[in-house]
Amino acid sequence: MPINFIGKTAGTASGPGLELVVGRTPTHGRRDDLRAAWRRLWRSNWVRIVGPLLLLAAWEIAVTWFGVSELTLSSPRSVAETAWRLMEDGTLWTALGISLRRVAIGIAIGVPAGAALALLSGLFSTGERLIDPVVQMLRTMPALAVVPLFILWFGIGEEPKVLLVALAVSFPVYINLYAGIRGVDGRLVEAGRVFGLGRFRLIRDVILPGALPSFLVGLRFSLGIAWIVLVASEQINATSGLGYMMLNAQNLLQTDVIFVGLIVYSLLGLISDLLVRLLERWLLSWRHGFRSL
Amino acid sequence: MATRVPLSLTPSPAAPLRAVPAVGGDTAVSLTGYGRRFGARTVMADITLSIAEGEFVLLLGASGSGKSTLLRALAGLDPQADGEVLVPRARTVVFQDHRLLPWKRVWRNVIVGLPDRAKADAVTALGEVGLAERADNWPGTLSGGESQRVALARAFIREPHLLLLDEPFGALDALTRIRMHVLMRALCERHRPTSVMVTHDVDEAIALATRVLVLRDGGISLDLPVDLPGRRMTDPGVADLRARLLGELGVVAE
Repeated sequence: MPINFIGKTAGTASGPGLELVVGRTPTHGRRDDLRAAWRRLWRSNWVRIVGPLLLLAAWEIAVTWFGVSELTLSSPRSVAETAWRLMEDGTLWTALGISLRRVAIGIAIGVPAGAALALLSGLFSTGERLIDPVVQMLRTMPALAVVPLFILWFGIGEEPKVLLVALAVSFPVYINLYAGIRGVDGRLVEAGRVFGLGRFRLIRDVILPGALPSFLVGLRFSLGIAWIVLVASEQINATSGLGYMMLNAQNLLQTDVIFVGLIVYSLLGLISDLLVRLLERWLLSWRHGFRSL
Repeated sequence: MATRVPLSLTPSPAAPLRAVPAVGGDTAVSLTGYGRRFGARTVMADITLSIAEGEFVLLLGASGSGKSTLLRALAGLDPQADGEVLVPRARTVVFQDHRLLPWKRVWRNVIVGLPDRAKADAVTALGEVGLAERADNWPGTLSGGESQRVALARAFIREPHLLLLDEPFGALDALTRIRMHVLMRALCERHRPTSVMVTHDVDEAIALATRVLVLRDGGISLDLPVDLPGRRMTDPGVADLRARLLGELGVVAE
């Protein structure tokens, strides 16, 4: 009996009950050109765009139809207009530049510091006994709790903000790199010794590459935390930067500026995450088994 | 081989450093009163053994008999053992798991720890195991058998006087294992290391060994030279050897 493969299931209740599990049905994918591929992609993914669009529509409707005050909720249109205005008169760029600089310097101090401490306590048992208890103790302290102390110590200039970022980002780097070093496969270390790797080469060729994935996880956390801490500290004491721009908008009842600030923050978070992911793809290409570059 | 370099026998960390006793020129490995205890449990005691240059010794034993522990001692990886163990300085290990560094390309893994060797050397060594064209791959892309062949290339490029193999083919499928035996014989004929291989596979003894040791009850219960010129399963003597080894290992052979 010839089996008729139309649709996904061959055979009906009265038929042989066979199901096509490998192979394409004649009605599907015959002309598998680019346009068809696009159409399929669109057909299976258009729903994804619906959510954000609905949100935007609800937002606009709430403001324009139900008369939600512009003070409570700016309409998407006025947020877009404000964003444009802030970009044109340079306010946004100035604030962004100052905040970016603070984050960059903070990371440039905090990441190497956390990494150095992790190396000391990961590689040497004396270092571990000396450093690890202290770091574990300090890390339970919320970074923002030291803001008053930092203001007393460093005033309200750049130092407290940059140092706060540095302090906050150093912990995730420390914790992850330290765990990564301790988690390196002992069998690989033993093999390295058997094949004649000395202490230095063992660290360079076996331990550090083995700990790299954990380090990158820590770096990702760090970048996220850097923005959180910076915003907070800029809203407590600052005369410039994104956080200040938003705080100022609060005082002047400019809800639309606050929304612009929020959107910029979310974009910055996305971009930082993307950067680390690119770094991971480049540094950990051996993991996925493809030849890089 | 007539022009062999004299062995530099050094005490492994298993023995306290003291005067090295004179060892005959053709002795590659010497154990005197070797033993190993883990806490109160004695795994092996008072083993005295000497292995001549060029021998291929197979160390058989049931799980927990201490064969891998003994091999680790020969590798110099077990300083806590008792007695005295003398092994050549030029020794290397092929582990059961390939232990390639996943972040180094295959050729870099072959010459790991050999800063003076170039990529061409690594590719030549890989050619001996039939993997020259995989030199630039990541270890993660290799199959189990290929990884173990890279591990063999990494061992043989060191021209070891003593080659230690810890169930190197234990994790491979039966067909791959047979191919590995053939490859192993070719490599040993070319490089002529003294080899000690731990296994629980009696057929591996028939395929490779010139001498079989069976570890049992904390000591060497059987020390048998193997002389099978053809090394085919149909050779006379193979069935005998199999039965004898299985019997010694506590498996009843009919």
